[in-house]
Amino acid sequence: MELNNPVSTNNNQHVHRDDVGARIGMWLFLFTELLLFGGMFLVYAVYRMKYPDQFHLSAMEMNTTIGTLNTIILLTSSLTMVLSIAAIQKKNKFLSVVFVSTTLILGFMFLIDKYFEWSHEIHNGNYPGSEVLLNKKNGEILFFGLYYAMTGLHGLHVIIGMIVLSFMLVFLLRDKITFDNYVKLENAGLYWHLVDIIWIFLFPLFYLIQ
Amino acid sequence: MSNYNNEEKKNHVIDYGTYIFVWLGLLALTSLTVTVAGIHLGNYTLIVGLLIALTKASLVIAIFMHIKVEDPIFKVFIGIVLLTLLAIFILTFIDYSFR
Amino acid sequence: MANGTIALAEKSFYQEGTTKRKTGLFSWIFSTDHKRIGILYLTSVTFFFVCGVILGELMRLELIAPGPTIVNAETYNRFFTLHGVIMIFLFIIPGIPAVFGNFFLPIQIGAKDVAFPRLNLLSWWLYVIGAVFALTSLYLPGGPADTGWTFYIPYSIRTGTNVSYTLMAAFILGFSSILTGLNFITTVHRMRAPGMSFFKMPLNIWALYATGWVQVVATPVIGITMLLIIIERTFGVGIFDPALGGDPILYQHMFWIYSHPAVYIMILPAMGVVSEIIATFSRRTIFGYKAVAYSSLAIAFFGYLVWAHHMFVSGLSETAAIVFSFLTFIVAIPSAIKVFNWVATMYKGSIDPRTPFLWVMAFIFLFSIGGLTGLVLGSLATDVHLHDTYFVVGHFHFVMFGGTGTIFFAALHYWFPKMFGKMYNEKIAKIGVGLFFIAFLTLYFPMFLLGYNGMPRRYFDYLPQFHTLHFISTMGAWLMFIALSIVIGNLLYALKKGKKAPANPWGGVTLEWHIPSPPPLENFEEIPNVTHEPYDFSQLEGMEYGTE
Repeated sequence: MELNNPVSTNNNQHVHRDDVGARIGMWLFLFTELLLFGGMFLVYAVYRMKYPDQFHLSAMEMNTTIGTLNTIILLTSSLTMVLSIAAIQKKNKFLSVVFVSTTLILGFMFLIDKYFEWSHEIHNGNYPGSEVLLNKKNGEILFFGLYYAMTGLHGLHVIIGMIVLSFMLVFLLRDKITFDNYVKLENAGLYWHLVDIIWIFLFPLFYLIQ
Repeated sequence: MSNYNNEEKKNHVIDYGTYIFVWLGLLALTSLTVTVAGIHLGNYTLIVGLLIALTKASLVIAIFMHIKVEDPIFKVFIGIVLLTLLAIFILTFIDYSFR
Repeated sequence: MANGTIALAEKSFYQEGTTKRKTGLFSWIFSTDHKRIGILYLTSVTFFFVCGVILGELMRLELIAPGPTIVNAETYNRFFTLHGVIMIFLFIIPGIPAVFGNFFLPIQIGAKDVAFPRLNLLSWWLYVIGAVFALTSLYLPGGPADTGWTFYIPYSIRTGTNVSYTLMAAFILGFSSILTGLNFITTVHRMRAPGMSFFKMPLNIWALYATGWVQVVATPVIGITMLLIIIERTFGVGIFDPALGGDPILYQHMFWIYSHPAVYIMILPAMGVVSEIIATFSRRTIFGYKAVAYSSLAIAFFGYLVWAHHMFVSGLSETAAIVFSFLTFIVAIPSAIKVFNWVATMYKGSIDPRTPFLWVMAFIFLFSIGGLTGLVLGSLATDVHLHDTYFVVGHFHFVMFGGTGTIFFAALHYWFPKMFGKMYNEKIAKIGVGLFFIAFLTLYFPMFLLGYNGMPRRYFDYLPQFHTLHFISTMGAWLMFIALSIVIGNLLYALKKGKKAPANPWGGVTLEWHIPSPPPLENFEEIPNVTHEPYDFSQLEGMEYGTE
């Protein structure tokens, strides 16, 4: 538990930069996100245990192909994200800009995919409060309720992540993020990876119940 | 104890190759989990699916999120939080399993 | 420590700010200085405390006699909901950490500010926005929520009142609380002065650190729960709606997964302040420093494992009820460690019974009653009888108000000279604390008897046999109003007319007593090099201290 003293006692320097501190702060924030989704996963787990068969039945209606495609898109975007950090570490600003842009494009593709998936379900009448759904069994209503709430909240995080990344792009272009000061980009990356991790768990829980 | 500073961090620049390698691993695990879901394993489907997801998440955390090369205190933090989450799940299921 | 000298009185943080504008309101509400933010919080928290007190007084007035007295049942329901929401989310949770934590955490570890000053300002703004949300629900059609502060399903998804606004307020306030906790943890890890190892930190810091973890790890669960009710009310997804297969008990689980640890967000910082005050006024190092430090972490962790003791009569499985009842008793252990160590600290100390110390004495007495009645409620058999009665109301007012509320005032009296550079009238302050103690017992003790005899909580009316006890309690409420007026009035007067405070009026030795009162903008002329243990009173030699 005993830590060495972390502060560089450079008293002349008015504002001292602390990259490790910034990352600790970011990780603490990620923990709150983890617990936020953790709460939803808990709700999912309880209802799945209560209505296993109806969850199975509803999951058959999910489009596994779209789900798999989205998984691949997000995993790839995580790769380009981390590559952009590696690029800036190697003083390659151009490559870093390219990778951040690619990440943004992939995020956008994920959302388009999601849009088609949701419209398909809504077209089938599987949306909260619809007559088709209300006529189904309780477990199926809950499955779709959770499906919309969880993927919706996840989608919201993708959008937030994209907004943050857009700022990072501007910072990169304006040289606010450089090879020796890139903690902002790192923290944005951490957030993006967390969004990816959440999806890694959502994927088998909604699309792969056979 | 390590001395935190930015110099030390720079020594941990990971090569592009490592990341691409991990990414390939993640894709392989994804196709594995999709394949396994197609086989009739009964109750094991869920467990296998979650185990694969857990492996994938650990890869992302360790390599993409740099926890492998980060200061040890980060690992302690993550451990505490996951332990708390696990405790919450177990205790809730103590209720639901015995209803 | 701090080279033993007090820096020559330069400009204090009141004269020098972080904003471009030097004076006026904007130099405060946009300041990133942790001390100014602390004062901002103090002002807003006190404002809402007074609001909550007035609502409480009105409720007690309604209960002075059986039958409708001043309000009808519906208004009464809204009163207790608002009283609960305001007192919990706007006073007790932010109370000690956001006010005194913000002001003193950086100073006590020898830092110039917190790790993320702008985030700190954001957290105050979120607090204000959350408060606005809570208050606008009053004036919108539908009126304020009438669910009680627990927002239990299914009533909260059926009622026509503005529950969504109140929930949104709780969500935003949760965010504000998370940012404070995040800031404190990072600050403690990264900004300690040279030589300030973890075990040289004052116990107040240990308590705030543990609180920070609870804030970060527990609050998101309530966030998602509140969000789910809002989604449920807006879209009807069925997640908690029993008509669609949802499970109301799952809601209670989710609610208490946060709200029980939240109890420790409220009480842990108070325990930290108690350690400071007892050490200073006993002139002794805290007995069992490490045990007290670790017990803060233990309380924070065990606090997660006991939430379902709020749900014994809800339809929980028996196995779960037994497990949770057992786990509840475990939390009592670290709390008891603290109380025993405090008492042991005073033994053979040279006690100086100044006002803050008297507040702490009141705390130990009231909090012990609150804690022990908590065990009565935590054990399965007795809880079935006492659940949802006035016994519960009495219990949590003893721990919340008698515990955290009392220490809020203790901290205010302890650090007032440092924060404002003024001394208050001690005679009046002592009369205030004495009257508070008497009023408190008159107000809340009858509630235990009422509850034991079967008076249910949250009713605006009662049977004639409860009249006497209710009447006594209302008298206590009036006495409490007088006591609080004396206490707050005395401090407000001191703010205007008080004598100038010296740097170290009490003879404390933690870092804040080594700098001028009020402190300069960046706290220290030079970051101190810490060599002493936190409560090493040999430092007082060669240091100027005392009120005269």
